Amino acid sequence: MSDALLQVSGVHTYYGAIEALKGVDVTVPEGEIVTLIGANGAGKSTLLMTICGNPAARKGRVLFQGEDITRLPTFEIVRRGIAQSPEGRRIFPRMTVFENLQMGSITAPPGSFDSELERVFHLFPRLKERMDQRAGTLSGGEQQMLAIGRALMCRPKLLLLDEPSLGLAPLVVRQIFQVIREINREQKMTIFMVEQNAYHALKLAHRAYVMVTGKVTMSGTGAELLANEEVRAAYLEGGH
Amino acid sequence: MEYFLQQLINGLTLGAIYGLIAIGYTMVYGIIGMINFAHGEIYMIGAFISIIAFLVIGWAGITWVPLVLALVLLLSMVFTAAYGWTVERIAYRPLRSSPRLAPLISAIGMSIFLQNYVQILQGARVKPIQPVVQGGVKLMERADGFVVQISYLQIVIILLTIALMFGFNQIIQGTSLGRSQRACEQDKTMAGLLGVNVDRTISLTFVMGAALAAVAGFMVTLYYGVIDFYIGFLAGVKAFTAAVLGGIGSLPGAMLGGILIGLIEAFWSAYFTIEYKDVATFTILVLVLIFRPTGLLGRPEIEKV
Ligand SMILES: Nc1ncnc2c1ncn2[C@@H]1O[C@H](COP(=O)(O)OP(=O)(O)O)[C@@H](O)[C@H]1O
Ligand SMILES: [Mg+2]
Repeated sequence: MSDALLQVSGVHTYYGAIEALKGVDVTVPEGEIVTLIGANGAGKSTLLMTICGNPAARKGRVLFQGEDITRLPTFEIVRRGIAQSPEGRRIFPRMTVFENLQMGSITAPPGSFDSELERVFHLFPRLKERMDQRAGTLSGGEQQMLAIGRALMCRPKLLLLDEPSLGLAPLVVRQIFQVIREINREQKMTIFMVEQNAYHALKLAHRAYVMVTGKVTMSGTGAELLANEEVRAAYLEGGH
Repeated sequence: MEYFLQQLINGLTLGAIYGLIAIGYTMVYGIIGMINFAHGEIYMIGAFISIIAFLVIGWAGITWVPLVLALVLLLSMVFTAAYGWTVERIAYRPLRSSPRLAPLISAIGMSIFLQNYVQILQGARVKPIQPVVQGGVKLMERADGFVVQISYLQIVIILLTIALMFGFNQIIQGTSLGRSQRACEQDKTMAGLLGVNVDRTISLTFVMGAALAAVAGFMVTLYYGVIDFYIGFLAGVKAFTAAVLGGIGSLPGAMLGGILIGLIEAFWSAYFTIEYKDVATFTILVLVLIFRPTGLLGRPEIEKV
């Protein structure tokens, strides 16, 4: 897998004495949508945060474009072209929508702000309407759009999305997944997405991993896992 | 009436000085959630560096007063900022992930250390300087000869404070550094994920707070003409009170709190007893903490991660 944009191998991450990741291997090839599904507490968010070095892996390696980024400080890692829309969205509630988007462009190539802003507003016209509003007053769906929009502002090579559909109305969920598909197809952006909404995620993904208590237990194409009995029983019960 | 007006002018001057110190407390609290008890000492060091700078510039033969003032101010801000930066590096950053009490104790230790450090280097006696800015404008004269006047120095202090407040507000609201500082205040993890160098941003916050404290130290040196190694304690407690009164974490609050404390002190000294003016300030601190812990312009503590 030489053309992998991101290669996670044998990664162990701890919170104090608690081992949250117990030797994780994941590969994200350039240009693909890769998804990671798993129950609550499996360690999915921890993996995304470990890729960004906060907390850093205690053992194992994270390679981005062939470079070992395991021990770099977070701001150095993201400068290489990784952006994350994290669990819980984490927008800055006391800043305006516009300022939140400005925060997203810190690692952007110089001079790209206006064009990226336009691109984000094109994907999420709602954000344009709310530009000068304090982000804390947005609805849940709008906050999610802002979190993704903010991550897109730096034109990342790798976009990390942590449960972008969590807590949103079905209509908004569909819209968000639509946008994810669009940025992958049209901007050729590589996306690594964590989801509990396994059905949508697997349908969208080129490749998928299943995580159980800190370990990857299964992998395959999205379609393969969608058809897999075990996966269906564990993550798709109750329909979609 | 005339007497009142005079106290108003004196109170505003004092309040400007307290406000400048209070900003350092409030900014550091905003960004790392701790009270930097060594901040009063940073102000004291700013005053000492001002005196040293006056001497050095005097030796160098520069005599044009506006230039002297500008140079002293600049030197004091730069060197005091270096102290502020160093204090954070040595005493607080290593304790960033410790329980909240640890950096607090470290801050008190730092405060005592800096007092002793200056006492040993500069001696315990008060340091006087020659008046640099003299004269003033007579505003009014009462029948019995009482004169209301605003000195040139008071004008300088008040105008400089307004200019600094304006510039400072521009930095916080309108620059990417200010935006990063506000982001770190709200969510350091997220700021880091977006590429903010969080440690550097915290360092710069200490540097900015210390530079403003240096301005206050510079002003006090000119205003009172004498300083000693102990002035940081009382001024620190008063500026801290100002920050709490205005709403800790709020920049306009710090300035407003400073002005109110300055006014209260001036009027208290004028109409009651000057001996108890410090008690007045501390009474306010206690009352605010009991009845309105969020201060005048502070926002209620919302749930934090
Ligand atoms: N900041 C933290 N401190 C301590 N333990 C944590 C922290 N964050 C997550 N954990 C623990 O690590 C494990 C994995 O959590 P997480 O990565 O959030 O799982 P997921 O995203 O799959 O729901 C859980 O057992 C969780 O309790
Ligand atoms: Mg999670």
